Amino acid sequence: MLTFLLKRVLYLVPVVLGVSVAVFLMIHLIPGDPAMIVAGMEATQEDIESVRRALGLNEPIYVQYFKFISRALVGDFGTSFRTGRAVSAEIGARYFNTLQLGLTAILVAVLFGGFTGILSAVRKYSVIDNASLLASLVGVSMPTFFLGLVLMLIFSVTLGWFPLAGKGTWLHIVLPAITLGTPSAAVVSRMTRSSLVEILDQDYIRTARAKGLGEFVVINIHAIRNALIPVVTVIGLQLGYLLGGAVVTETVFAWPGIGRLVVQSILARDFPVVQASVLILAVTFVLLNLITDLLYGVLDPRIKLQ
Amino acid sequence: MTDNGKPIPETAPSSDLSLDEPGDRKSRKRRAWRQLKRSRLAIPGGVIVVIFIVVAIFAPLLAPSDPYKNDLSKTLTTPCAAHWFGTDELGRDILSRIIFGARLSLLEGLFSVFLAMLIGVPLGILSGYLGGKTDTVIMRLIDILLAFPGVLLAVAIISILGPSLVNAMIAVGVYTVPMFARLARGSTLAVKEEPYVEACRASGMSNLRILYRHIYPNISAHLYVMATLRVAIAILTAASLSFLGLGAQPPSPEWGAMLSNGRNYLLIAPHLVVFPGLAIIFLVLGLNLFQDGLRLVLDPKTVDR
Repeated sequence: MLTFLLKRVLYLVPVVLGVSVAVFLMIHLIPGDPAMIVAGMEATQEDIESVRRALGLNEPIYVQYFKFISRALVGDFGTSFRTGRAVSAEIGARYFNTLQLGLTAILVAVLFGGFTGILSAVRKYSVIDNASLLASLVGVSMPTFFLGLVLMLIFSVTLGWFPLAGKGTWLHIVLPAITLGTPSAAVVSRMTRSSLVEILDQDYIRTARAKGLGEFVVINIHAIRNALIPVVTVIGLQLGYLLGGAVVTETVFAWPGIGRLVVQSILARDFPVVQASVLILAVTFVLLNLITDLLYGVLDPRIKLQ
Repeated sequence: MTDNGKPIPETAPSSDLSLDEPGDRKSRKRRAWRQLKRSRLAIPGGVIVVIFIVVAIFAPLLAPSDPYKNDLSKTLTTPCAAHWFGTDELGRDILSRIIFGARLSLLEGLFSVFLAMLIGVPLGILSGYLGGKTDTVIMRLIDILLAFPGVLLAVAIISILGPSLVNAMIAVGVYTVPMFARLARGSTLAVKEEPYVEACRASGMSNLRILYRHIYPNISAHLYVMATLRVAIAILTAASLSFLGLGAQPPSPEWGAMLSNGRNYLLIAPHLVVFPGLAIIFLVLGLNLFQDGLRLVLDPKTVDR
């Protein structure tokens, strides 16, 4: 287990370094003079110069990168052009809001997708199975912003069950989490179904049934755990979608997260905030992937040996 | 490709989807059609996609009015006989805008996937075929691209290039590159071990020629199935970017941009949001259904799903 863990962590080092270089280069890849573009249309020569100094664009590029990365390691990403506050202060609370939304969305995806998936597998080709197939197809074909607006229209505007937008009580997170989690729920549901259908065909399931175990025990004790491995893979693959998708969902529901911050900062050309947010989200994603990989080891001891 | 005199072994034409079935082209095509029908939903999906393509091509003939023409005497009209889908806050006919928007959405999907294949497929094939250091370097670069979660890579690219429809298509294209690179690499690794590739190498054929004449035609079927799926995802992603204000800009009748604009009138005129949303769902659903059928044609083993 320890070598497996060590190997995975070592593998991450070049990826994280590469990501940091890519994020660092973002500002240098802007066509034209980045300082001029960042400073804006009506900037004077002095403004442009001060931006150039603030970004350290006068120095050789490797010095700039070294400064960028050594500051980033201690959480210093400079100051936001838009608000004048430290970037880390802008991001801090918003980062946890995004994680909170993402985790709740995973919960929605697992509970809802898992439940419909199991139901479809147990009642193969029934009305429930076909309905859940159709729902999954629509679920993956629907833009999340549209789903969000429709949910908002029905449950906030018409029925008044949930607040329209923003963050406050636990009621605020319900609609955004359902919006963000639905496409993943659709994928999880299909994966659970096909995985469980396959498992239910296995000999040991027939044995369990033959020795007189009830259907409930067969499904929940014998089948689910083995059916879970491909499902965990799918959930792992969905993490990227969920973190990235937060950009859209947060904008729809005015959720004060890091995704909405990225969009606002791009539109305001607030580059330090964009760089820091993108870097933090990417590193979070890489770490979450690591956790998923370790989870396989727990679920399926055979994987560790490889 | 110039012929250097040696006879060239014939390979399956790249448009043919059944890979290793014997028999002439006609029977193979018939078989492919039979498989496609087996998926039940593939034909309806294909029909939906064809309808959207026809609408996009003949948009100027089909649209009841100019998608950009304001009529301030008829703002936010609910659906009626004169305006089937109603009008927006500037009195523009929503049906006409959706019809013209089909052009933009299909363009977004096709262009970005084309771009992704143009970059990703050669990278993947080279990586798989050459192996060694080339493979390591290319795949590490792809890993870095994949470290950006979901649509965030596209968003980061927009932050460099600036928000516009073309830049959104480029961003979605780059965001899609890793999927094609990985698929092309995996398929190449499988095909490369085939005896006929070895035979080519033994007969002194150049690497480039082997890649072009033998490897590519044999992995292209997988790539096309992936392309159909990715066009659907690219349309969704590009629409999301436009919704965020990072893609197509007003007054463009792009569906995502229309939704973003209609959001401001959600309480008083929900039809501004509903119709562009339904348009996206139907087009993407059609592509997804069709893709499912294509996969069956390719891999008849996936019978019980």
